[in-house]
Amino acid sequence: MEIEAYLKKDYIKNLVKEGKREDGRAFDEYRKIILDNGYAKEKAPGSCMVQLGKTKVMAGISIDIGEPYSDRPEDGVMSTSTELRPIASPKFESGPPNEESIEVARVIDRGIRESGAIDMKKLFIEEDLVWVVFIDIHVMDHSGNLIDAGGIAAISALLNARLPKYEDGKIICGEYSGKLPLTGTPVPCTMVKINDSILIDPSIDEEYGMDARLTISTTDTINAMQKGGNGSFNEKEVMDAVDMAYAKGKEIRRMITGD
Amino acid sequence: MSGGDNDVVLIKGNKRLDGRGFDELRDIKMEVSVLERAEGSAYIEWGKNRVIVGVYGPRELHPKFLQDPTRAMLRCVYNLAPFSVDERKKPGPDRRSVEISKVCAEALSSVVMLERFPNTVIDVYVEVLQADAGTRCAGLTAASLALADAGIPMKDLVAACSAGKVQGQIVVDLMKEEDNFGQCDLPMAIIPRKSEVVLLQMDGKLSRDEFKQAYKMAVDGCMKVYEMQKNTLLGSMNKFVGVEGGVENGD
Repeated sequence: MEIEAYLKKDYIKNLVKEGKREDGRAFDEYRKIILDNGYAKEKAPGSCMVQLGKTKVMAGISIDIGEPYSDRPEDGVMSTSTELRPIASPKFESGPPNEESIEVARVIDRGIRESGAIDMKKLFIEEDLVWVVFIDIHVMDHSGNLIDAGGIAAISALLNARLPKYEDGKIICGEYSGKLPLTGTPVPCTMVKINDSILIDPSIDEEYGMDARLTISTTDTINAMQKGGNGSFNEKEVMDAVDMAYAKGKEIRRMITGD
Repeated sequence: MSGGDNDVVLIKGNKRLDGRGFDELRDIKMEVSVLERAEGSAYIEWGKNRVIVGVYGPRELHPKFLQDPTRAMLRCVYNLAPFSVDERKKPGPDRRSVEISKVCAEALSSVVMLERFPNTVIDVYVEVLQADAGTRCAGLTAASLALADAGIPMKDLVAACSAGKVQGQIVVDLMKEEDNFGQCDLPMAIIPRKSEVVLLQMDGKLSRDEFKQAYKMAVDGCMKVYEMQKNTLLGSMNKFVGVEGGVENGD
């Protein structure tokens, strides 16, 4: 069992009962978000380092050419992975992806894919050849809420990503033909339920103390949702969470796109 | 979800491809105690889905450092058989099944009285033999029956059902074609007595109001599934004590 989580649980639950959070935030307040776009731009076509409070996550975009899926021969391909690097937490170990990293990657992937944010039709090159976009999310410091930090990093990196130059059947390294075509800015918003309160953007201790978690990724519609944890939500809590995700998503989107 | 192809006709008049109305579930059949060696087991036919679930435990958990002196651990393995889908699926866990296993284990943990069995593990094995969309809902529905069949104390059953959007229409319990060419899939599972959601995933495009409607339809679907679950357990108990005429189950 996780001793740290076990000990922190009571502390967090008692705080929330008094209407408080350990870092003094309001229940509907995000930690400070700092974006560093193009963090690895000398090599990666797109990249972004995100700090969400003390959580530090980097997303890098790699773009290659490859075969389309047989059922969508004219669409580009995207793939999202998350690596919980051992540098980020004493609990992380090197090795193949575990269920936590797979869940983070898949929830972020769904938000981007289902919103149609990447214009897949424009990633067609010629018959049986399309652009393949890899989103790699690298967790450097885990202080809670990896889905939101990773999701913000991923879409920011995509927004500054460039499409490599393609000539005579091969990619020309380090040269670009333009921007990666994007049509939207999906933003995930994660909330946790502790006792009967809903808290946005959980810290690591609040994740230890949570009963259940709900992530909602929005553009102008809802694009992805994921409930986690062993607890449950009632209907009102879910509907309130949807409204909250729209409102916070809008604020964060404005910050990412700068308008 | 593939973004909603409009050239595939999924709704004609007020009927879906298989003749169902928008709020109609596929035919569902359930049975418990179908395996000899497992502590508890259940089999479910849900449309073209065929899923069998076996439960082992509570039993000793190894390696020992995983043991929790305050409660049992509940593990779930969701496995698609290679022959269960159109194109052979490579055996073994892929990213999708790892994620489904995780959310199903969390959903079941909300009802099982884990604190009664410290240091142990309860293993739930979900084997999908034929898949036609909605396998996690079918698996979870059968899993809670198998847990009950194993006599493991629970606060309630977990009942699952999906809703979604097909050609602009909110419908319940998507079948394969609707899942492939629809605009949204919303699998859900609830604790029926509290009417609280324990599994909720969604992908596609839904407005706030559409989500509200889909949520209600999924909950209604779950309640229908719950009635069938209770009848199935009652039937098996009646059979066990020798009462004739167990409750007929069906849609």
